Order: sequence, then structure tokens, then C-alpha cells
Amino acid sequence: MSVRRLAPKEIQPEGFAFTPENTAWAERIIAKYPEGRQASAVISLLWKAQEQGGGWVSEPAIRTIADLLKMPYIRVLEVATFYTMFNLQPVGRYFIQFCGTTPCRLRGAQDIQDVLEQRVGHQGHVTEDGLFSWLEVECLGACCNAPMVQINNDYYEDLTPESFNKLLDDLAAGRPVKPGPQNGRVASEPLNAINTLLEPSLYDGSVVGSWRKRFEEEEARARAEAAAKAAEEKAAAEKAALAAREAAVPEPAKPATTRAGEQVADTPAHRVAEGKEPIKPESQQAAAPDTAPKAADRAADDKTKG
Amino acid sequence: MLADRDRIFTNLYGRHSPGLTEALKRGNWDGTKFLLEKGRDWIINEMKASGLRGRGGAGFSTGLKWSFMPKKSDGRPHYLVVNADESEPGTCKDREILRHDPHLLIEGCMIASFAMGAHAAYVYLRGEYIAERIALQKAVDEAYEAKLVGKDNIHGYPFDIYVHHGAGAYICGEETALLESLEGKKGMPRLKPPFPANMGLYGCPTTVNNVESIAVAGTILRRGAAWFSGIGRPNNAGTKLFCVSGHVNTPCNVEEAMGLTFRELIDRHCGGIRGGWDNLLAVIPGGVSVPLVPAEQIIDAPMDFDTLRAMKTGLGTAAVVVMDKSTDVVRAIARISAFYKHESCGQCTPCREGTGWMWRVISRMAEGRAQKREIDLLLDVTTRVEGHTICALGDAAAWPIQGLIRHFRHEIEKRIDDYAANPHGEPVLVAAE
Repeated sequence: MSVRRLAPKEIQPEGFAFTPENTAWAERIIAKYPEGRQASAVISLLWKAQEQGGGWVSEPAIRTIADLLKMPYIRVLEVATFYTMFNLQPVGRYFIQFCGTTPCRLRGAQDIQDVLEQRVGHQGHVTEDGLFSWLEVECLGACCNAPMVQINNDYYEDLTPESFNKLLDDLAAGRPVKPGPQNGRVASEPLNAINTLLEPSLYDGSVVGSWRKRFEEEEARARAEAAAKAAEEKAAAEKAALAAREAAVPEPAKPATTRAGEQVADTPAHRVAEGKEPIKPESQQAAAPDTAPKAADRAADDKTKG
Repeated sequence: MLADRDRIFTNLYGRHSPGLTEALKRGNWDGTKFLLEKGRDWIINEMKASGLRGRGGAGFSTGLKWSFMPKKSDGRPHYLVVNADESEPGTCKDREILRHDPHLLIEGCMIASFAMGAHAAYVYLRGEYIAERIALQKAVDEAYEAKLVGKDNIHGYPFDIYVHHGAGAYICGEETALLESLEGKKGMPRLKPPFPANMGLYGCPTTVNNVESIAVAGTILRRGAAWFSGIGRPNNAGTKLFCVSGHVNTPCNVEEAMGLTFRELIDRHCGGIRGGWDNLLAVIPGGVSVPLVPAEQIIDAPMDFDTLRAMKTGLGTAAVVVMDKSTDVVRAIARISAFYKHESCGQCTPCREGTGWMWRVISRMAEGRAQKREIDLLLDVTTRVEGHTICALGDAAAWPIQGLIRHFRHEIEKRIDDYAANPHGEPVLVAAE
């Protein structure tokens, strides 16, 4: 972690208020988050305050934002000191964040750092004319375009000491500069050696809908299967119907019992088959002789015995 | 080589417009409604079957992660949070998606949110990506205008997408720290459990996914799980964006099949190693948090999760940092230690104190100003930081040093011997004539 403190009292401004334009912007940002979760906007608002305050966040700005978001001051102060992109000290008009992490170092970031040290001075120092200051920061996520720096909002990539010197000259003289790679690349493609994404059919609209064939085939297959299944079911149903019709043909009369003299069991199924009322448990109970000892009597009996 | 028509990010190099009209021609937002109508379970099963492993570094199955979200809402809203806080040194792939293929991401957000019952997605960009944030916001505005997203959109599923940004903290790439930051607090990781799928953003069920994992979803569903899982190697399926930086002739981002060998990757796309293959010293294959691998081990190794894990390193984010023999490898690792010292959030003592301690010791070793017994002491300390912290930053700080000592101990010892032979490092003064 890094120790970060607010700027000394002498250089803190008297107060801070968002411009009406920025206030309206802040309201739109707060509206992005659910009711009561306005604290989520704190980073965006600190960012805006930094922009409005000339590149750094002052203590009055922190208090103003805390009041606006109904947060305790300490919570906003915590956020402002935790996140390293909030400058707590004044910076130059062109604030250069120089990437000094290993992937950039491998591609010659040291040479860029030397240029910065010669032209601007040590880290955090603002030049006399107020134009430049620089800071070594950790990986800025443009490693395929190393070495690189971020100046205010823009990335300047694929630098050499020459192109970087020229860039600083142009900025100092107020000439327009082109953000992005300084060696003719568009983005992170291999320089002058692109051998992928050259197929023109990817870009002429012919890919649209081409994938649907798979689903159509799948659907057709599913439909065919469903149709086959339906046909099968139909055939089965017909067979069943035929069987039922055959069953409906009266069978030759049979004796009531399978064997002479044999009693047919009085099962519920048999009674139902013969169209008689099945025997219900209630009726069975009712039929039980009164002389049988009742459960309660038995229990009382047990107690007296015990 | 992967055929162009099998590439998902067809505007990776920004040679075509990222705008909606061109994006539609490239097949973004093509039949999204049709995919959504197939239903939640179909989408999740298809993602599982595709074998897509999270592209943020840990390599956990994306479909499985989506399935952890509660099936029915208990009254709390569900959220999708997209992790675009790309800060792992060496990694610069999400940046290209954000600025050149933003509609793939937005469409992916819509599909993933639908699959998880979320009606709002937050995309958390790192603070430094200002141009990328503007580009993404522009694409989001286009999508709203075309009624592709929004409360009342043509897909019939109310869905809002918001662009949020941080302010320069590496730790906010850890999912719970990202959620803390999104809630307007310091980015300090939370203890798990509860996991975000139960208690995430604002205490609601949340899934955090990497940009690349989300952005590939639309294409995978369209072309089918079988297509995606047919590329690459078993358990390491699909295509992957590789970010090759360092000592190659043409550093670049490129989408390739998982499991192609390091040699193929470098020869086909990066113009070879600077000074030829014999000049290769070591490679960090997955962003600086994974241990480096010496040249002879990596040259013909397939670049995938399982092979690299077996080599005691990892694919991570597939950020390949190549170092040739001109590299001062001890200093390169010492710089990585400085990175972790700077980025530790300070919550857990082993990490807060350990990263600084390790950095001080390894910096001395880079000069040679150390004792040989300190090498083992340093190794011991790394194991006491690793696994003793809430999040993986402690591990990430320990691994590069462990990798260095495992493979380049002789280099450190030589450095110490050289220093001992001439401790002042200055030319021996010669009396003036």
C-alpha cells in the first residue's frame, strides 16, 4: 500500500462547489444506482471534482461530496486516499503517468523515465511553467504497446525517447498531438505483420443468420422425431383399440367357479367385478361383536394390573 | 492456425467501426431474442457444455458459476457485475473488447443477466481506461436507442446496463473488493462465505465475470457448445485472447485456440523472439502473478490451464511476458514485488507487511547485497504469506519470487558472489599521476 496524505493546509482552497453543469451531471450519475445506494457514486464524483479542481482533489471537495452523498466525511476521505488516481497534491497541466511495471520496463521504459527526469525533474515535481509533472504508476494495461504513458486522459503508446521528446515538445508548444500508438499502429495488432482477421466475409454481413441452420436442422430433427413418435403412438393406439374391440366380443359362458365345488374368494376386487358394494372398514367394525373388549377397556385393565 | 471464421472477436484490432451498424454486420445481436426464448436452463446447460473456463485468471467454469445463482428470487434483485478492472501486468485484452467490440460485451451481459434472473448489470472499468469508458458508454447509448436493452426492449426482458469505473486500485480486480468499490467503499476484499452468489452487491445475489467470459457468450450460444468445445484441448476448450508483450519482434493481442504451443503462438503472430529462439531466457505465461518458466520448459508446451499448472505456473489471463537473455531477471521480479507492495490493500497483516518485506529483500538481492542464506529465508517467508490472506493478492505476490528462486537461484547466488567480490560497485580508484 502507499501512504497518501492531503495537501498541506496552506495550499488547500477556501471552499469547493460543483458548477451547475457538474451538479446536473452528478445527479444523473447518482440515479444509476438503486435508492439509498448513492454512495456508489463517490468515485465518479471525486473524479469530477478532480477534473474541476485542476487535476487534484482538495479537502473542501471531499467534504462537499460527503455532504452531497450523505456520507460521513471520513468515508469519502478514506476513498480519496485509498485510490491512487486521486491526486491529493497539485499536478502540472499535463500530468504524465508513466508506466514503470515489468512489461513496460522490458520494452525500454527506463529510457522514457530518463527523458522525464531530464525534462521535468523528480517525481511529483511541477515544472516552473506549471505545464508538466509526472508520476511512476503501476501497469496501465497496454502492455502490447509498451512502453507507454498516460497524459491526462489519453494513452500514448509505443514510445521511443525521440517520439516521446517530440510529444512533450508538441504539448509544450500547444500543437495538436495524436493519442495512441506513436509508431503507426492502430491498436495492438502486430506491427506491419497482420495475418489474422483478413477474411472479408466476416464483415460484409454474410455471417448474420448463418448459424441458424444448426437450429433449423435440430428443429427439423426434433419435428421428425416427434412425428415418428406420434405415428408410433397412433399405431399403438389403433392396436389397443383393436384389442379392446376383440375383448368386447362376448366370451363363451364359464362356470362361476374354476373348478367344481371351489368357492370363489370374497376379495374386494371380486366384489367390485361382480358389481357388489365393497366391504368398508367402518361396516366391518360395526359388525364386530359387542362382546369384544374395547381398546380403552383393555388399557384400563392393563393399568389396574400394573 | 485458428481459421478467421472461428474467431469471436472479429474487430480485435479496431480496423472496422465499433459502432452498432457495423457490429450488426459482424453478427453481434444476431437472434438474441431467439436465444433468450430457448430459456434459462438451455443457456446455462449450453455454457456448461461448451467447457468455457473463466477468462479472468482462475479458470472456473463459467456455466457452473451462472448456475450458482438462486433459481427463484427471494425478493432481492439479482445483479451481474462485469469485471473490466484489467490491471494484471501484462494483460491488455479486455481493453480491446471494450473499445473495439463493445456490442459483443453488451449482448453477453444481456444473455448472462437473463440466465441469472438479473435485470441490471454493472460494468466496472478500471479508472485509467477513460477512452475505453467513453467508447463503451457510446455503445451502451446506441443499444438503448435501438431498444436492444432498456426497460422496454425488443427482447422482451427488461434489462439495464450501467458503466461504472474505479480509480486505480489493482485489488479491485478481486471480485469482492470490486463489489466493495462499487458500493462506494475502499476496495478491500470480503471474507467468503457468504459468496457473492448469495450476498454480493448491496447484499443481493451477484455474479462477477470477466469481460472476455461474458463477451464470448453470444457467439458460443449461436454456434453451439459443440463448436466451442471442439476447439482446443480437453478441459481447456475454446479460443482465448493472448496478450504477448516483452521481447518479441511484434508484440500483439491475438485470439487463438487454447492449447497451441508457445512456439506456434510466437512464430505465427509475434514475429519470433527478439534475437531468435536461442535468445529466450524465461516466460511469464499468465500475467505477472504466476511464476516464470525457463525457456527450455515453455518452448514446446501447449498454452492451456492444465499443462501450465503442471509446470507449477498458470495460464492466468494468458498475458505472456517474454524475456530474452538481455533481461536482468532478478530485477524484473523485484519490480513485480514493488508492484504488489504498492497494490496491497493493507487489510491482512501477512500481505501488508510481507509484500514490503519481500520487496526490500529481493531488491537487495537484485544488487547482490545479501547473504546466500537469505534466499531460503525469503522462500520461507513467501510460503508464510501465501494462503494466509483473505484474497489471492498475497499468493500473487509470493509466486513470482518462488518461481525465480525455483529456476534462477544460481543467478541470485552469482549476483551475491559478484557483490561480495567488489562490495562498493565503483571502479577501484587509481592514484593520480
